[in-house]
Amino acid sequence: IMCASAKYNTRGPALIPRMKTKHRIYYITLFSIVLLGLIATGMFQFWPHSIESSSDWTVEKRSVHDVPVVKLPTDSPIPERGDLSCRMHTCFDVYRCGFNPKNKIKVYIYSLKKYVDEYGTSVSNTISREYNELLTAISDSEFYTDDVNRACLFVPSIDVLNQNVLRIKETAQALAQLSRWDRGTNHLLFNMLPGGPPDYNTALDVPRDRALLAGGGFSTWTYRQGYDVSIPVYSPLSGEVDLPERGPGPRRYFILSSQMALHPEYRSELEALQVENGESVLILDKCTNLSDGIPAVRKRCHKNQVFDYPQVLQESTFCVVLRGARLGQAVLSDVLQAGCVPVIIADSYILPFSEVLDWKRASVVIPEEKMPEMYSILQSVPQRQIEEMQRQARWFWEAYFRSMKAIALATLQIINDRIYPYAAISYEEWNDPPAVKWSSVSNPLFLPLIPPQSQGFTAIVLTYDRVESLFRVITEVSKVPSLSKLLVVWNNQNKNPPEDSLWPKIRVPLKVVRTAENKLSNRFFPYDEIETEAVLAIDDDIIMLTSDELQFGYEVWREFPDRLVGYPGRLHLWDHEMNKWKYESEWTNEVSMVLTGAAFYHKYFNYLYTYKMPGDIKNWVDAHMNCEDIAMNFLVANVTGKSVIKVTPRKKFKCPECTAIDGLSLDQTHMVERSECINKFASVFGTMPLKVVEHRADPVLYKDDFPEKLKSFPNIGSL
Amino acid sequence: MQTRKKYIFLTFLASWLLLFFFGGDQLRRFGFFSKRKAEARRNWPRWTDRSLLKSFADPEELQSDGDPSLPSPQAQRAARLSVYKNSRCRMETCFDFSRCEKHGFKVFTYPRERDQPLSESYGKILTSIERSRYYTPNPEEACLFILSIDTLDRDHLSGQYVRNVDEKIRSFPLWNGGRNHLIFNLYSGTWPNYTEDLGFDIGQAILAKASFYTKSFRPGFDISIPLFSKDHPQRGGERGWLYQDSIPPKKKYLLVFKGKRYLTGIGSGTRNALHHIHNGKDIVSLTTCKHGKDWEKHKDVRCDKDNVDYEKFDYQELLHNSTFCIVPRGRRLGSFRFLEALQAACIPVLLSDGWELPFAEAIDWGKAAVVGNERLLLQIPSTVRCIHPERVLAFQQQTQFLWDAYFSSVDKIVHTTLEIIKDRLLPHRSRSRFLWNTLPGGLLALPDFSTHLGDFPFYYLQHGSSPSEKFTAFIRAVSLACSLSQPILRLIQAVSESQYCAQILVLWSCEKPPPPSRKWPQTAVPLTIIQGRRKLSDRFFPYTAIQTDAVLSLDEHTSLSTSEVDFAFVVWRSFPERIVGFPTRSHFWDAEQRRWGYTSKWTNELSIVLTAAAFYHRYPAGEGPAGWGARPHPAPPPRSLPRYYHSLFTEYLPAGLRELVDGLAACEDILMNVLVAAVTKLPPIKVTQQKQHKETVPQQVKGTAGAAGSRRFTQRQDCLNQLADWFGYMPLVSSQLRLDPVLFKDQVSVLRKKYPRLEKP
Repeated sequence: IMCASAKYNTRGPALIPRMKTKHRIYYITLFSIVLLGLIATGMFQFWPHSIESSSDWTVEKRSVHDVPVVKLPTDSPIPERGDLSCRMHTCFDVYRCGFNPKNKIKVYIYSLKKYVDEYGTSVSNTISREYNELLTAISDSEFYTDDVNRACLFVPSIDVLNQNVLRIKETAQALAQLSRWDRGTNHLLFNMLPGGPPDYNTALDVPRDRALLAGGGFSTWTYRQGYDVSIPVYSPLSGEVDLPERGPGPRRYFILSSQMALHPEYRSELEALQVENGESVLILDKCTNLSDGIPAVRKRCHKNQVFDYPQVLQESTFCVVLRGARLGQAVLSDVLQAGCVPVIIADSYILPFSEVLDWKRASVVIPEEKMPEMYSILQSVPQRQIEEMQRQARWFWEAYFRSMKAIALATLQIINDRIYPYAAISYEEWNDPPAVKWSSVSNPLFLPLIPPQSQGFTAIVLTYDRVESLFRVITEVSKVPSLSKLLVVWNNQNKNPPEDSLWPKIRVPLKVVRTAENKLSNRFFPYDEIETEAVLAIDDDIIMLTSDELQFGYEVWREFPDRLVGYPGRLHLWDHEMNKWKYESEWTNEVSMVLTGAAFYHKYFNYLYTYKMPGDIKNWVDAHMNCEDIAMNFLVANVTGKSVIKVTPRKKFKCPECTAIDGLSLDQTHMVERSECINKFASVFGTMPLKVVEHRADPVLYKDDFPEKLKSFPNIGSL
Repeated sequence: MQTRKKYIFLTFLASWLLLFFFGGDQLRRFGFFSKRKAEARRNWPRWTDRSLLKSFADPEELQSDGDPSLPSPQAQRAARLSVYKNSRCRMETCFDFSRCEKHGFKVFTYPRERDQPLSESYGKILTSIERSRYYTPNPEEACLFILSIDTLDRDHLSGQYVRNVDEKIRSFPLWNGGRNHLIFNLYSGTWPNYTEDLGFDIGQAILAKASFYTKSFRPGFDISIPLFSKDHPQRGGERGWLYQDSIPPKKKYLLVFKGKRYLTGIGSGTRNALHHIHNGKDIVSLTTCKHGKDWEKHKDVRCDKDNVDYEKFDYQELLHNSTFCIVPRGRRLGSFRFLEALQAACIPVLLSDGWELPFAEAIDWGKAAVVGNERLLLQIPSTVRCIHPERVLAFQQQTQFLWDAYFSSVDKIVHTTLEIIKDRLLPHRSRSRFLWNTLPGGLLALPDFSTHLGDFPFYYLQHGSSPSEKFTAFIRAVSLACSLSQPILRLIQAVSESQYCAQILVLWSCEKPPPPSRKWPQTAVPLTIIQGRRKLSDRFFPYTAIQTDAVLSLDEHTSLSTSEVDFAFVVWRSFPERIVGFPTRSHFWDAEQRRWGYTSKWTNELSIVLTAAAFYHRYPAGEGPAGWGARPHPAPPPRSLPRYYHSLFTEYLPAGLRELVDGLAACEDILMNVLVAAVTKLPPIKVTQQKQHKETVPQQVKGTAGAAGSRRFTQRQDCLNQLADWFGYMPLVSSQLRLDPVLFKDQVSVLRKKYPRLEKP
């Protein structure tokens, strides 16, 4: 079975025999394509060309009034009422959706018809502007299919957004005669204004059998959790009025109520709040004496003061959203748009998209009974949290409320996530505003684990041809108690590694991996041979590290398994003159990088380096034969948000800068190149992820006045 | 190679030529046709008159959604109360919030009756509640009531089934139709249908039940709990089995199942099909027909072979060595294997349609389990194969976090249940889903402290923020002399010169009033003197005066230089969730005495940082805004601990031990270290210290330092052991390192060093 995404190459980097196979496959594929092409052309000669006489759909210029008319006989069947016990596993036919590599459901839209009863009177308005926008959005989305046989979800073009403008029985009959209705299985209806006088049901009254309902204004009794989708009541004002985002912070009013036609009981409670708390509470109502021509919806009044709506919402920290005759209120959308924190007072209301959105981060919900305590409750919210809620509110509006398109796509995504839960969008993706997504990090190694010491580490030595020095490194490293395996990456294609018998005899397994190309990134390949979590990358000329220093480094890594733990430290600095980053290797009081000529890190970062390195950094490093260590430092810091740990005092490394590359010396050009790397990587990452710290790790008793032989790591810092 | 290449190239060329000659015409037509076809993708039409369409609702109607003919909101609420009862209960209709207002969230358990049978598990649940900080023995104060009748097993064929529950509860004067009651249940219904029926009328009680079916679940009211065995530990609990994060997940098996195959009856649909996905290689799915007495009656052709294969594999071995574990429904929806898989970091693949997952109100299971569909069993292998290795790694870690945070002991399961209910009482002071699903988890991130992420020490990175750039120094003066001694003056001077110091608070715990302000040194930062009571744990008193995230806790005898303070603070900013300090101690397992040992000798390890000189985040010691209602503390909490610390303290520690710790002045440091380690699972951090820190010896014992010192030492050791015993494990973690300035004692000129003073002998 082919997976669309999961490709984890467990073999080494392009080994030569594999290249051959690869090419052969390539040729065979090409050849078969040509053959297929031939067959296909041949077949076309005999294929009936009926599809070409295309349907009326392609006729672009059409009016909604030109759609076919369907007459509904009085006795045509009516679906059952909605089944309250429906859940995805009982009422939804998941077999229609199938397993597909994209993990996307297919949505079909029925073509638009005009329904009339036996007497020719129309059942409802053909289609509203909003429903047309919604269907257009679905049709333009990835979810859409025009093939009714491949569809997983069906969306009728019968507009039921507003129950008050349709005839319930006839609409139901119209639904029932849809070609794939089948008791409403896998059908999705969108409704924003449910119910009507006198009882104002909280869900659409049109009998709909098993159909899913995306409804605005569900109560917990009508909402079928995990089946229905709660959606906002769209506010058309959003399209008309452009409210620029206003920075979070204190605003003129603390609490504002802008709803009209509130029940007098609510209004008197609000007014009581105003009396108690004075100026900081503003209760608005409909304007009674507006001159003609000014739309009443765009003004609100308090006594004789007139305010522009929805602009006035931006003047308040909290905005009250009370239940009206229905639970869902369009004002919620306006309030969010204004970046005002909604105070939701509507018992049992299912908030829009509550299946995925964390409303606690964007709103305050207060039980109706507690309305008199509203002021004190809101005052207990910390200021910093208010600011975050303001940002969050605006973000919810931008992402999920601002247009019918946003509403439609969020709804389909929620249903999609239920059908393919393993590919579902995460909480963070739904809820974090872009600014947080941008600045936050989610550490892939988030569980605080101290790996068992017994596991040990794998040392990886990248070498080209300095055999003598390599053998010394191997001998030295093999003295470290926790070494469990040694891997030599032989990066020289022109020369064979020495014969087996010539290698030093050491107590742990020693493996030699030959590479196909002399690339620096070979050092960071997640070789199958690495069986431990900890990896020690070490250059073939680093012979001055003592066994104690290496063992201690490993112990420190165990305490910080998600960081780079290394010996020589380096720093990046901002060069104010040149206005760019600069690389620093002098004796500094700070570190932000460690060289991977001698560093411990988690094997996971090998995987990240090889498969997830952003941009062209990997190729850049291989082309320049430099800076693979800086790239690794960037990668780890970027993904974990944490600093490196430098261990043990500074000591004389023969030439730490030039270890990986022959013939390159510590001269000015080298430093310039390293600085270039930092600037290049910072631009690819779009940020400077490196963290500067002023500490290094030493053994607890380092340099303490204490008998050396009693110290765990006595031999540290010797030159 | 070369010839073959040429050959292939030639064939390729020839084919194209052929194609061009014979198919050219068709090709052109094909091109034209495909263009037509793209056009013909029948999208939703762009209507010519779309801009003329009417809006779905009149703007005014949308903005003023009211109906004067409707009854008043109060009347509507009253009407809802009478309509939505029993099976349609919600918090607002079936729960009396007013009971929780006066005394806060208090839980009462009915007195246990001698003659009443009580299962081991239910006994543990009651114990958990009785030890919780919410427990009250007084029903008048209670907000929530728990029956003493064992309702866990409601299978009337079971030996633990309690009869006549209906009669019994109706005789309880407190029952009140079940209002504000919480009923625990693990098993409901019986063969053959295993319905959700409990065999008695729960009325308006909240049901915390295992294997909850969504249809009977009252959302926002009931709570789904995991099924746990009678051997589930009361507290502490085993840790998870994940010891390493490996990628790709190098486990022997991809997907395993070993369990019963029901040949008939409920649940047999899925269990009967499980053997289909067995491939004998990386997917092992083994079933046995052996269960019940009369299994041979229903035996089919597979049974004999399956039963043999079944014995070849060990369940525990499979659990340890597989990446994914199938958790199918049994007769009921939940099973023990759910928690077993979670602990084993074997990612649960749930095949239990309609199961309301445990604590789903709080826990985002999409991050820790694959929620499969019973009807799509055969797709499961390809589904799990397609999950990215990184995602698998995240899943595995999340299983461990959830296991450890909410499931590893009966205490945790019960407390999670209570906290979920508590969160409903005050929606604006409740945990967001983020807090529940991120380390350290909902039980340790207390909304009473704050609901703002930035106020906690754990979320800086996920939140994209950083800890405060200043600290508050908090000096405790308890000396009997009650005068301004030289050490404290020097300390104030040194601390106030730190560039990161925002304020200094001195807690004056003396009989005498503090000296007048002119006697105190002139400092660049505000210096506040607070009069306190003479108690050691005053240090953690909730002083609202602390305005920075970082607190530097000091004793009057502590001797520190400005460099030391500066450096330690810079280090703390890298590790805001840990205690960062100077003098340290360590613990060890004393194999001879079979107990934990405590040592103040110089060792190569450390696990405790003394709070006589340490930085930590105000969270563990801070105070949040007013919590639930205006909780009148009956007597202000006997321990002047801060709220968060206090709540952790009172939640975890039994009253007896609590008093002991309180009485033992010497325990304060250890308790703080143990609590922080229990939350972070990480060791504290030691930073360089110029001189060895003098052990702070309270002056009154100076004369008899030897004897008192050793008594104090024994006390601390006892304390350590009692804490470990209470937690069920030893939370302290050891570290082998100390953080020094980058150039510490390096052979460079002191002029180049930022903290030269640290190196003076």
